[in-house]
Amino acid sequence: MKIRKSATTSVDKIEQQMTPMIDIVFLLLIFFMFSFKIASPEGDFNIKMPVASQVTTETETPAIPIKVRLRADAAGNLAAIVMNDRDLGTDFGQLQLQIISIVGGDAGPGSAADTTECELECDYHLRYETVIEVITAISGYVEGNQIVKLIQKIRFSPPRNSR
Amino acid sequence: MRFKKQKEIVCAEPDMTPMIDMTFQLIAFFMVLLNFGEGEQDQTITLPKSVLARPPDTPTEAPIVVQLTRRNTVLIGGEELPVTALAAPLARERAALQSKHMEPADATIFIRADVDAKAGVVQELIQQCQTAGFGKFGLRAKNEDQ
Repeated sequence: MKIRKSATTSVDKIEQQMTPMIDIVFLLLIFFMFSFKIASPEGDFNIKMPVASQVTTETETPAIPIKVRLRADAAGNLAAIVMNDRDLGTDFGQLQLQIISIVGGDAGPGSAADTTECELECDYHLRYETVIEVITAISGYVEGNQIVKLIQKIRFSPPRNSR
Repeated sequence: MRFKKQKEIVCAEPDMTPMIDMTFQLIAFFMVLLNFGEGEQDQTITLPKSVLARPPDTPTEAPIVVQLTRRNTVLIGGEELPVTALAAPLARERAALQSKHMEPADATIFIRADVDAKAGVVQELIQQCQTAGFGKFGLRAKNEDQ
């Protein structure tokens, strides 16, 4: 008598080939690791410099003018901050106090902070870092975790001492 | 006659499952953090720092990033050009905007200038953009925690 092998006795284990998948996964991992860069967050200061044709057609109410002149030394470092013909030295804090004294704690639409416009007149060779420091002092400060906004309308007048 | 017992070959297979799990988690981590938009940030440019520079809450509609190096040259569209030679790339940006039914006035030019760039050159750059019809600008700075 012929005895047949029972189908239940032999369980064939089918093993999948994992090696190609692991290879691809490691390649992906290496790709993402090399593409990864730790970048610190960046922000912007809005500058409105409309083209000449737009300036002439604007009929906005005239804003309180603040003129800030930034003088540079031969190396391009800040030599003096002059606000409305008043020399403030090189102290950004002093500049900010002056701005706060003009704008005050007034905020919101139609407020002094909203309508006041500041014109920056820089020496050609002044370092850009200084310009941003001055714009920071003019546009606000941080109190706790909140930003207190000061002047938001900032524009540049043509640079001085380009030669 | 004596027969030797045939040795059993034992194949030790390590359990790969935890390693694959961990690798997939690492891939997911790097994929989520990878920002392809950072391609427009040239790493040679050192941005000035400001406590007020915080990422905007809403994305800008039509941003154009122009970078100014410490050599006072401009990086735009993968090219390094002097400030005076910006007319052609800006015309290309203008055409790209018009193909999307937008005007240059709708776009915002973000200037990523190096700390050592000259203020006068930044203004020349703004002037060149104004000539091309752009009117909204953003001076980019790196966030500095107090």
